[in-house]
Amino acid sequence: MSNQSSPKKHLMKGNEAIAEAAIRSGCKCFFGYPITPQTEISAYMAKRMPKVGGVYLQAESEIAAINMVYGCAGSGVRCMTSSSSPGIALKAEGISYIAGSDLPCVIINVQRGGPGLGGIQPSQSDYWFMTRALGHGDFHALVFAPASVQEMVDTVCDAFDLADKYRMPAVILADGLLGQMMEPVHFPEDYDFNKNTEKPWAANGHGNKRKHNIINSLFLQPDVLEDENFKRFKRYEIVKKNETKAEIDIEEDTELLVVAYGSVARIAKAAVDMARKNGIKAGLFRPITLWPYPEKELQKAAEKVKKVLVVEMSMGQMVEDVRISLKSRIPIEFHGRTGGIVPTPAEVFEKLKEMDGDDNA
Amino acid sequence: MIMPSYTIPKALCDVPTHYCPGCTHGIIHKLIAEVIDEMGIEGETIGICPVGCSVMAYDYFACDMMEAAHGRAPAVATGIKRGNPDKFVFTYQGDGDLAAIGTAETVHAATRGENITVIFVNNATYGMTGGQMAPTTLPGQITQTTPYGRNTDIEGFPVKICEILSQIDGVALAQRVTVIDPNTIKTAKAAIRKGFEYQKNKQGFSLIEVLSTCPTNWGLSPVESLNWVKEKMIPYYPLGVFKEGAIR
Ligand SMILES: Cc1ncc(C[n+]2csc(CCOP(=O)(O)OP(=O)(O)O)c2C)c(N)n1
Repeated sequence: MSNQSSPKKHLMKGNEAIAEAAIRSGCKCFFGYPITPQTEISAYMAKRMPKVGGVYLQAESEIAAINMVYGCAGSGVRCMTSSSSPGIALKAEGISYIAGSDLPCVIINVQRGGPGLGGIQPSQSDYWFMTRALGHGDFHALVFAPASVQEMVDTVCDAFDLADKYRMPAVILADGLLGQMMEPVHFPEDYDFNKNTEKPWAANGHGNKRKHNIINSLFLQPDVLEDENFKRFKRYEIVKKNETKAEIDIEEDTELLVVAYGSVARIAKAAVDMARKNGIKAGLFRPITLWPYPEKELQKAAEKVKKVLVVEMSMGQMVEDVRISLKSRIPIEFHGRTGGIVPTPAEVFEKLKEMDGDDNA
Repeated sequence: MIMPSYTIPKALCDVPTHYCPGCTHGIIHKLIAEVIDEMGIEGETIGICPVGCSVMAYDYFACDMMEAAHGRAPAVATGIKRGNPDKFVFTYQGDGDLAAIGTAETVHAATRGENITVIFVNNATYGMTGGQMAPTTLPGQITQTTPYGRNTDIEGFPVKICEILSQIDGVALAQRVTVIDPNTIKTAKAAIRKGFEYQKNKQGFSLIEVLSTCPTNWGLSPVESLNWVKEKMIPYYPLGVFKEGAIR
């Protein structure tokens, strides 16, 4: 992995690809705490960071790790942490402080089953947590949902850049399947480390050249706090306008639209292909950003379809964003597996056949 | 006769503070600022204020400042220091912050020998929230949440941070001081200076515990409060150096 300009492909685990992409995106410090199934990210960072002049530090807890990220990000340094669902829950307070202080950082969540200690198999049951309630207070994080090892790389690069650009935390929402899976990846040659990296607001020592910088989320006067929140949400409006991303695989006559993200979208794609071979007019909509949600793109993709099927590894979370986006104009059905069970293409295909049959009955 | 003039250290902003009359936070702030001035490091220093009475210290120190969540200041300091190893980083924390909710962060920053300086203000109570029991509240001490006095059978015993840290290899300096008269103030300042010097030489974690007053929540006058430190706190929390020596 050492030849940075090599155009060749590397066979890597998703978790390792995330780590390598982060280093190439200029991530200087990594703070983490061990948890399955994200372990390879930490292991890779522990090995590589000292070789490239970066910092790898194993914290005493996820709480400490996210607060190290907060401090490091506040001092203007590109940094990240990674964990899995229960560990991310512990980071919630820190993420809220990061968002409330307008700091950029990248947080990796390689999801596993919950609630509680749950299991260590893949899951998508943190969708609400990541897109709705990453911590207390009014705020958002950018949330990316890669569906391949290559896309892990691409979204990590985007995450660092957009976090800096909009001064907000960015989450890569993967799952145990993506993290553990090996695929060939290509690392872009033109990493632009200096993009958006001017940080005149950083608390890194004023050098007797400027007034002191303060990184803070405390605003005791209600009108000042309200103003801070208004300003932040104005910024979110720009993010919503400019940064939604989705992959759309539909045809002129698509009648059944499957909506799925991350690894489940790969399974859904296989089901859609099976359906098409069997004369069912199916298509796929795959959000790549979960916040901001590609609402307009989904509305357009669903314009002419008769029914929508949402597939998730959860009891039904993203399905709410689909309902919000489509304003319940089209029948929306849901197929979910949970607890670490990965749905098969065959079972999704069965569901599509059922929906198609209902239609033609 | 030439009178020595009172000067405000450069590293302290010339602004009114919100501290209660008779509280010793002001003295401790001034000592830190004087050390920063004397070492000429204001431009390279980042301070971290906690959740507690000193939550707004970012408005009082003239160096760059960061606010931390309750108890997390040593982790925040670690993040800054690891990203900027040549800068000076100090935290300023109360006893609830450092010795209850943030115990893990305190102990582990110490075990790592993190090159930071921690100023630990022990006032035996939760000042900001109105005087509840702190981990350092003395046996028998009356607070809002120990209205009959701290009963060690129920609430357990006070936490002695310097004694605990003296067991940890990563610690370069663990010293307890107070600021109740000119002599103790002089010692306190020298201890703070030592802490920053250890940091300058990258020699390990330093913590200076300052026995401090809280006249408002103790229900005592400022002078009575100073006496209370002397008569009640010092016997339980003896002053002195508990561990000293470069770890690297
Ligand atoms: C997570 C969290 N829990 C509780 C509080 C409420 N709180 C604010 S200040 C404080 C007590 C701080 O006491 P101490 O650290 O002793 O500092 P002092 O106020 O005495 O200076 C508490 C519990 C909070 N802000 N955040």
